[in-house]
Amino acid sequence: MSSEFTAVLPIGKPARKRGSVVVRALRNPSGLVAGVVIAIVFAVAVLADVIAPYGAQESDLSRLFEHGGDGHLLGTDGAGRDVLSLLIYGARSSLIGAAIAVGVSMLVGIPTGLIAGFYGRWFDQIGTWISSAILALPGIVVLLAFRASVSTSMWAAMLVFGVLLAPSFFTLVRAAVRSVRNELYVDAARVTGVSDARIISRHVLTIVRAPIVIQAAMVAALGLMIQAGLEFLGMGDRETASWGQSLNEGFQNIYRADHLILWPGLALGITIAAFALFANALRDALDAADAPRTPPAPPEASSVDPSVVPATTGDLVSIRGLRIAYGSGDDASEVVHGIDLDLDAGKVVGLVGESGSGKTQTALAVLGLLPDGGRITAGTISIDGRTTTLTQRISMLGRDIGYIPQEPMSNLDPAFTIGNQLVEPLRRHLGIGRREAEARALALLERVGIPEPERLMRSYPHQISGGMAQRVLIAGAVACEPRLLIADEPTTALDVTIQAEILDLLRDLQQERGMGLLIVTHNFGVVADICDEVYVMQMGVLVEHQAAGDLFAEPRHEYTRALLGASLEGGPSRRQREKEQLR
Amino acid sequence: MTDEILRVDDLVVEFPQSGWRKPPFRALKGVSVAVGAGETLGIVGESGSGKSTLGRAVLGLAPVTSGTVTYEGRDISHLSRRRRRELGNDIQVVFQDPYTSLNPSLTIGDTLSEPLTQAGISGAEARRRVKDLLDRVGMPADSVQRLPKEFSGGQRQRIAIARALALEPKLIVCDEPVSALDLTTQQRVLDLFIEIQERTGVAYLFISHDLSVIRHISHRVAVVYHGEVVEQGDVDKVTTAPDHPYTQRLLLASPVPDPIAQARRRAERQAVIRS
Repeated sequence: MSSEFTAVLPIGKPARKRGSVVVRALRNPSGLVAGVVIAIVFAVAVLADVIAPYGAQESDLSRLFEHGGDGHLLGTDGAGRDVLSLLIYGARSSLIGAAIAVGVSMLVGIPTGLIAGFYGRWFDQIGTWISSAILALPGIVVLLAFRASVSTSMWAAMLVFGVLLAPSFFTLVRAAVRSVRNELYVDAARVTGVSDARIISRHVLTIVRAPIVIQAAMVAALGLMIQAGLEFLGMGDRETASWGQSLNEGFQNIYRADHLILWPGLALGITIAAFALFANALRDALDAADAPRTPPAPPEASSVDPSVVPATTGDLVSIRGLRIAYGSGDDASEVVHGIDLDLDAGKVVGLVGESGSGKTQTALAVLGLLPDGGRITAGTISIDGRTTTLTQRISMLGRDIGYIPQEPMSNLDPAFTIGNQLVEPLRRHLGIGRREAEARALALLERVGIPEPERLMRSYPHQISGGMAQRVLIAGAVACEPRLLIADEPTTALDVTIQAEILDLLRDLQQERGMGLLIVTHNFGVVADICDEVYVMQMGVLVEHQAAGDLFAEPRHEYTRALLGASLEGGPSRRQREKEQLR
Repeated sequence: MTDEILRVDDLVVEFPQSGWRKPPFRALKGVSVAVGAGETLGIVGESGSGKSTLGRAVLGLAPVTSGTVTYEGRDISHLSRRRRRELGNDIQVVFQDPYTSLNPSLTIGDTLSEPLTQAGISGAEARRRVKDLLDRVGMPADSVQRLPKEFSGGQRQRIAIARALALEPKLIVCDEPVSALDLTTQQRVLDLFIEIQERTGVAYLFISHDLSVIRHISHRVAVVYHGEVVEQGDVDKVTTAPDHPYTQRLLLASPVPDPIAQARRRAERQAVIRS
């Protein structure tokens, strides 16, 4: 068979794989600025001994509380030390403190989170208990108590702070691992015989890597803040220069020399903000990572069958030159490229195509229910011979137009009973009382073949099967006796035996009430079962329109022929083909 | 049957249910099937019938409560992880959903070389084998450096097939491998399965809800309903003149892409329901 209809293979340079989230974060302006600030602070901390004009504790008692200038760019403090040098050395100890907090919390939180998430059971239970207990502890109080009773070292305090923050990594990693654990590719790796350790390092860690990096940047900001806070409160070590320590001393002399609080305050504020902004930029980059594939170009207009140009207009629905696009400006991508479609009252029209053909988009446009970002860019949709606006179509929903969706379960609200969901729209659209609406709903449920309608009215959606749910939605769609019914793959999510029953029901209801039915499907069996007329769509273009009988007997367009040829139903079995080959 | 490769005897699989003292859920209630070397056994059933559980039990991914799974005369119902690992060379899998069966953050090359590395093949030899595998499923060699998101569903499923073929297995469990694909793609992927079988003599345990897919690819068929095999036998018999009422219902419910034939089938089905 020709490969003409195969999806287009990706071309061009393959996407970069490793570290790409960080690289993308740096492309965002605020991410770039934050990254540069973090890099500068790191460089200053590492090169402190080289770039600082004076030693950290070098004091000149003849020059106290000087403002900037004359050898001391940012002035001196109460002990005659150079403020700039203190800032530079302070960067070092502040970063070391933050690094200890981040390192310890990652070291404790990530492995335990991995094990708890992957294996579950008792380790998960105990881990979660401990993690919740730690989260419940007031951090600052623990740190103050630790300093008072165990050690006065700031590094030891940051170590404890790291342990206190470990639950944030634990819960993050645990949740991420639990969601990957049952992915099919993990099963596939298991079947191949890959060991657990390798599955974790290859399949699980690659997924949780990016969220861990984000969390680390946030924890670093938090570590800087807590450390500075403790030092500001006087819990610091007077012998080591740090920003918090400088703030503490500056605060004591705030009336005599306000610059002493300005510079360390600025340094802290900017660095913390940089870490937080960088974390945000990482998250944005991660969210944008799943950009959709660009849709392939539509087929040439010349290949379209002349049958699709209508001679008359449909008396119920008439679509002319409909174009639908997503996005705006240069990013806009058109998914439906100008189609004409007609539906007469009392007829069943099928709209057939493969995924990406635009068939569902067309149906949703008639309903006025295009998803966010989608809009009609050209063309008209007339109902009953009158051109309609979007708001008009939306106001017709439920009363003049009924809609049957593909996924019955996700179209019922789990918080309300079935009865409630049927009765409320009836009351609203028909302006009738509760009792009358309930009687009507019961009659409808009986009509769509539900054995115990009273009991079903009191049920919640999770208590019924998919087939039942679809019957309920059909009952809802026809409740106000609409003249147009639009069904989007109404049987695709259902078992084949249920599908046959639902199609019977749809056909009976349609004939009984003389409704026009537009049915979107990819299944030619469904088309053969129920449709009077068929439109075939391919990549946003209508390629063929015929009466159902003619379409199956004599498909005109090669795409239709290919689709029909690919239908396995009714074809020879494997055994029959093998016998054929032997002959 | 000649050369039986897999035998499942009276298999029962139960899953614990949440809730105090709730009896476990019995997904399979004593299922017996067998697969011969180089043949396709189709397993057809509707959602919740237990057909996927059967495949997962053979793969060691679902717990065997009682009964046995025998592979080449060896009982593999309760293998340890380590012993199971050795079987990875012989029994492989292709799953339904091509979007979650490939790790989104690993390149195709990494995904395909994983089973090879596991078997101790690495470096240039592994790279050569990966190229060869891609070629066998009709994918270009430069796919190696790409991520799964760059490919369509059908192309991803080809890659999943290549992964299953990497260790030249004797049996592949195919769990609804074409259900998520478009019609034209579905047919091409099925033809690929058949071509590979004809060339390598691999056996398939092919699970699907779609009788027409099963008819296209299977030599023999087992029909699963509520955790039991209600009918099994040659494909022509089961898919044209089934004995069991459930199989008959299943057959009559599948719509034919021909309005006249479908009208006949519908009338027949409605007559059966009324009787």
